[in-house]
Amino acid sequence: MTRQRIHTLIGIGTILGIVLAGDRGPRRLAAQTPPKQPSTFGIGRPAAPAEIAALDIDIGPDGAGLPPGRGTSADGAPIYAARCAGCHGKTGKEGPNDVLVGRLPGDAFPFARDARAPKTIGSYWPYATTAFDYIRRAMPPDAPGSLKDDEVYGLVAYLLVLNDLIPADAVIDAASLPKVKMPARDHFVPDTRGQPKTRPPSPAPRRRP
Amino acid sequence: MKVSRRALLAGAAGAVALGKTAVTQAPPATSDPTKVRGKPSRALGQRAPAEKPQRQVRPGASSSGTPHQDLYGTITPSDLHFERHHAGVPEIDPKSYTLLIHGMVERPMMFTLADLKRFPAVSRVHFLECSGNFGGRAGSADITPQQVAGLTSTSEWTGVALATLFREVGVRPQAKWFLAEGQDAALLTRSIPVSKAYDDALIAYGQNGEAIRPEQGYPARLFLPGWEGNASVKWLRRIELSDRPFMTREETSKYTDPMADGSARMFSFLMDARSLITYPAYPVTLTRGWVEINGIAWSGSGKIQRVDVSTDGGATWAHARLQEPVLSKAHTRFRHLWNWAGGEAVIMSRAVDETGYMQPARTELIAMRGAGSVGYHLNPITGWLIRSDGTVVFRQEQWT
Repeated sequence: MTRQRIHTLIGIGTILGIVLAGDRGPRRLAAQTPPKQPSTFGIGRPAAPAEIAALDIDIGPDGAGLPPGRGTSADGAPIYAARCAGCHGKTGKEGPNDVLVGRLPGDAFPFARDARAPKTIGSYWPYATTAFDYIRRAMPPDAPGSLKDDEVYGLVAYLLVLNDLIPADAVIDAASLPKVKMPARDHFVPDTRGQPKTRPPSPAPRRRP
Repeated sequence: MKVSRRALLAGAAGAVALGKTAVTQAPPATSDPTKVRGKPSRALGQRAPAEKPQRQVRPGASSSGTPHQDLYGTITPSDLHFERHHAGVPEIDPKSYTLLIHGMVERPMMFTLADLKRFPAVSRVHFLECSGNFGGRAGSADITPQQVAGLTSTSEWTGVALATLFREVGVRPQAKWFLAEGQDAALLTRSIPVSKAYDDALIAYGQNGEAIRPEQGYPARLFLPGWEGNASVKWLRRIELSDRPFMTREETSKYTDPMADGSARMFSFLMDARSLITYPAYPVTLTRGWVEINGIAWSGSGKIQRVDVSTDGGATWAHARLQEPVLSKAHTRFRHLWNWAGGEAVIMSRAVDETGYMQPARTELIAMRGAGSVGYHLNPITGWLIRSDGTVVFRQEQWT
């Protein structure tokens, strides 16, 4: 085949293509439907168990995730004095940051009427496990995540003793921490305000808390 | 003309400063811009020198508010979007960023930022509001809209629907909650119902057409439309699926609402409807005549249906005009023409959303919550007092 013939063929083919596309293109577009979304896109990679373990530090209210180790109030007291007292006060009551220690007479729950009532671990926190989780992940602010598990157990024990929630010599570990009874627990209820998708519109303007 | 006293003063101060430094330079040949060639193109645009809107950094520097009194529309410029963080703004390398999704899933997976951007994307305009967004209790009348409610902003957010990622990892049917964890020094965590993921949650990496700002969670954040800002965890590094909530510090000792009945409400995600007049407001001084009262309204439940404006302290109300398009869970601009004849007046606004919910008065809020439950979710009707001399101050109310 000569070069000229090839060129001619290409030319005819191009013209045919244009004519065909010009004729069928718009109709084809109109009929086209977008591809169905696949069940998976195959993007991302499997996470290795070790990668998960390195990040999976959260503690559940049932104690799930609590590490091995233990601590007592005596273990925690010197750590508190060195690392925590500067912000939370010598006995956990003085601030200047969050007041951590103190119960109210009869374990009253006056917070809706008294904005000044301190929301301490003993007066307001519904779960003791939260203290371990939060201290280990975020405290102290000048070196977050630097405390060893035994140090965190000791600090939690110290704070629970200061709040009169456990005996002075109690050992706090993965088994005992979820069992600590928190006075405020039963006050906490899920939000009951409506869900936008399931709530029928009401004719009259409504108020809600 | 909407020029705040603050802006005028700032402009004047800037002019003085310029004058001082310009001594050694050649003075401008003319003040007539038609008689001198203008500036050439530049790689990065900047505001006009006279415009100096600023976020207001609050004590402790863990938050800053949007200057609503300086804004006209509904989109908040990204550098004026409010901030709230619990251990500062982290610097995260986008190249090493990963998001882990694990727990009650068929396939625990890691996603890089590039991975997230390969998924089908969605863009939506939504407000984001801190549930602690009410500065009207402080006792001062000399406060701006920024101080009353600066912790709400609206952006166009772009990202991947969380539902898409949940399908990718195969979330198990028994999973009802997920933990979202940030990569900041607080490793901030919140428990979120899985149903929100299948409703409208995003993993957002875009804000107003460009990458999310560091203060808003760069390189990627959770975004939960209409819900309290704290739950839209920034700098998101991990999602763990579970059959129960995790009871983190932020959803127990914080971000819960003591109620008048002696309970404490938790997982109070929804931001109820609210409105705020942004003009006229402190520190503006009005002159007699026609005034276009305007402001923003928003609701976490959907679209704003109506905004009522009163110019007589709540005795009578008129329907304001809503600027189209009215978008779901987004700031909506309202406007109301008023001919101020002079004399003292109190102007107020109240929002009604598409579910029929009406923004409550302070007294109604206190009746339901108690006067001490003042930390979060305060969305009372607020107003501005216009004095006979035209000065405008925040209308104060007794809270405790």
